[in-house]
Amino acid sequence: MPLSQVPLSWFLMLSAALFAIGVAGFLFRRNIITVFMSIELMLNAVNLSFIAFSYQNKQVNGHLLAFFVMVVAAAEAAVGLAIILTVFKNRATLNIDEVDSMKN
Amino acid sequence: MQLWLIPILPLAGFAINGLFGRRFSKSLVNLFAIGSVLLSLAWVLKTLFGLGDLSAAHAEHYFTWIQSGALNIGCDFAVDRLTAVMLLVVTGVGSLIHIYAIGYMAHEGGYYRFFAYLNLFMFFMLVLVLASNFLLLFVGWEGVGLCSYLLIGFYFDKQFATNAGNKAFIVNRIGDFGFSLAMFLIFVNFKSLDFAAVFQAAPAASQATLTTIGLLLLVGACGKSAQIPLYVWLPDAMAGPTPVSALIHAATMVTAGVYMTARSWVIYTHAPAAMNVIAIMGVATAFFAATIGLAQNDIKKVFAYSTISQLGYMFIGVGSGAFGAGIYHLVTHAFFKALLFLGAGSVIHALSGEQDLRNMGGLRSKIPITFWTMMCAAVAIAGVPPFSGFYSKDAILAAAFEKTPWIYWVGVITAGMTAFYVFRAMFLAFFGTYRGHAHPHESPPVMWIPLAILGLLSLGGGAFLPVPEFLRGVFHAAPEGPPNYGLMGISVAAGLIGILIAWIMYVARPGMAESFADSVGGLYKLVYNKYFVDEIYGAVIIKPIVNGSRVLLWKLVDVSGIDGLVNGIATWCRGVGGVLRRIQSGNIRSYATWVVFGSVMLIVAMGLAEGLAR
Amino acid sequence: MDLILFLIFAAIALVCAVNVVVQTHPISSAVSLIGVMGSLAILYLLLGAEFIAAAQVIVYAGAVMVLFVFVIMLLNAGKEVHKGRSFMVQLLGVPLLIALLGLLAFLARHMYQPETMVHFGGFQGGTAQAIGHALFTTYLLPFEVTSILILIAIIGAVVLARKELD
Repeated sequence: MPLSQVPLSWFLMLSAALFAIGVAGFLFRRNIITVFMSIELMLNAVNLSFIAFSYQNKQVNGHLLAFFVMVVAAAEAAVGLAIILTVFKNRATLNIDEVDSMKN
Repeated sequence: MQLWLIPILPLAGFAINGLFGRRFSKSLVNLFAIGSVLLSLAWVLKTLFGLGDLSAAHAEHYFTWIQSGALNIGCDFAVDRLTAVMLLVVTGVGSLIHIYAIGYMAHEGGYYRFFAYLNLFMFFMLVLVLASNFLLLFVGWEGVGLCSYLLIGFYFDKQFATNAGNKAFIVNRIGDFGFSLAMFLIFVNFKSLDFAAVFQAAPAASQATLTTIGLLLLVGACGKSAQIPLYVWLPDAMAGPTPVSALIHAATMVTAGVYMTARSWVIYTHAPAAMNVIAIMGVATAFFAATIGLAQNDIKKVFAYSTISQLGYMFIGVGSGAFGAGIYHLVTHAFFKALLFLGAGSVIHALSGEQDLRNMGGLRSKIPITFWTMMCAAVAIAGVPPFSGFYSKDAILAAAFEKTPWIYWVGVITAGMTAFYVFRAMFLAFFGTYRGHAHPHESPPVMWIPLAILGLLSLGGGAFLPVPEFLRGVFHAAPEGPPNYGLMGISVAAGLIGILIAWIMYVARPGMAESFADSVGGLYKLVYNKYFVDEIYGAVIIKPIVNGSRVLLWKLVDVSGIDGLVNGIATWCRGVGGVLRRIQSGNIRSYATWVVFGSVMLIVAMGLAEGLAR
Repeated sequence: MDLILFLIFAAIALVCAVNVVVQTHPISSAVSLIGVMGSLAILYLLLGAEFIAAAQVIVYAGAVMVLFVFVIMLLNAGKEVHKGRSFMVQLLGVPLLIALLGLLAFLARHMYQPETMVHFGGFQGGTAQAIGHALFTTYLLPFEVTSILILIAIIGAVVLARKELD
């Protein structure tokens, strides 16, 4: 394969791998902040696949979608971290397993 | 001829008094109540005079009530000679009793309600008598049962009165069940319920069918006319006011069974087995009730059992083929039994409520008018010639002798007992010394004038009212043969012997009754307690039904079965919910796992769809 | 040349991503995430998305991750403690993960168009001009709505995180 070309599918596989790693972190970590960062990781993976498809179709729409994802992710991060702050103030713990007052 | 006016007038009286009577004065209530019945009587007389000789029936059709497939029931009234007799009895005796009731109920509460119910009763009874098909007759039948219930339970604040009303209604319903089955059979076999159509087609039907229909109709008559085994409601019905006992339970309602049986004579003459059953039932009831009447101490109860016994006589007449004689006895019985009851009411009124014969005595001088009028009724019922009871009872016994002689002999013995217990009551109440504590006073004219009129009818109603000849055309009966003076003599002798024994036991030697009762000890107790029939019914029929309902139907089917099913569904839902709620563990990571699981499933589904589309 | 670039930065991204998940202290995870974002920016450049690459570095790595670091320091979050367990996660976690990864890879390999090749300069339409043009014509409504979204997020964050007035 010529060195100046990358098959598009590799980008998609990379995106899938990053997404899966994000899911793993989301499922297996107990620290709230780490879980949040895994969510950000998943969002980035999705952005990558958007840009890749935009290249494939030679259109700019994918870029726009990725842009909006970024904006919303930023807003979500702000609010989410504010919530984490409040939870920490009330319960003095960052362990996600201890925030279970909705049990049953 | 506007026959419909005859029942509608009392109905109007009921409506006006029922709706507005609470605000009326007593005279206004009287005006509507008595006025409507008297107007009805006047219209009956006008109609009968206008119709001439009535050898054929005069029918009027008003509107079609039920039209359903083959069933076509119209609101039809018809008048023939039998109806004419019944109309005169119902309206005539009815008016007299209405007038009497003005005086009797003067001090009672619910005055307007009483007369409203009484008028309603008249309406239903007249519908019953005028009807020309079985279903309309049944309407009247049920209606008089309803009014009987309302009037027996008139003193609704007394438990025994309301119980008696319930008992009357329920026992009547058992009879009505038989009547309904008979109507179904009639419709199935003859495709119509009209009297004319049915009686035309009846001779052609099979004897088995006619016998079954006859027996089922008899069950209905049993209930309404208080024969064995459905007589138990009549003695308890004495809890109602005395005019009610006179009108409903002596003169009119209880005779509806006899009337209905006489009306269906075509069916019965072609079903001899059923007629035999009627005769046997009649004689058994007459004898049985007379024995109970011998020992009763409540004056109204004596006359109640007497009514049951005399109704038995009427059924003997019908069952022996002498339909005219049965109706004849119905008419004379209406006269003297209504008089006996009204007289008893007068006595009770005079003694301010006392009903026990043991607390009466020597009233002859104190309430003479009541005494003399009741004596007229007593001699009539005892069969002393030439008074009314003698003629009618004798006609029945003669017919019975021709058909089944043993019924005649039992009837004669019963006649003796009848004379005995009636005169026992008369002697205990009017002769000797007064044993009570009240101040007897004579009744007002509004009460003794009807007594006098009925007295005259009791005395002369036999010789001057040849009912069987009048009805011969209706029943297609043969003319009567020469009178059998031997039979007549025997039955009259039995009556006179009964009076004599009563005289001896209660007037000549007052202590004899007590010692006689003690000497037969157990037998006396049995008779006094009316053979414990009510208790037997209670133990054998009522108790098992009530217990069965409670244990089987209520506890088993309703509580365990139906409630169990319904509650079980609810419990099952709760159980399922209890299991499903474990998903909500409160643990965020498990929620996240579910999210990922769902998204994996979604991807699989989309991939499959895509693949299938490809 | 492009291939080698891709391989290097993809590798860095993967390693940093795994590091995010594996590290016990949150601050290490945050720094690794910055690394992921940086390498992703290079990959965006390879795909011709200059504006997005710049936005990624400035907004994501520069603002959002800084916010994360600030919050970590504010909360004085320490190493993670192993307390509490979840039955569901233990049972289904790994299988689900493998299933997800497998599915995605399978779909990625099977649903792409005939072999598209990526090289620098292959897509010229990712300039700021192009994006700006599209943003203010086709995507005007989402643009305005997101501005309100950001406003709400600001208000929410301020309300949630302030000190209680006594």
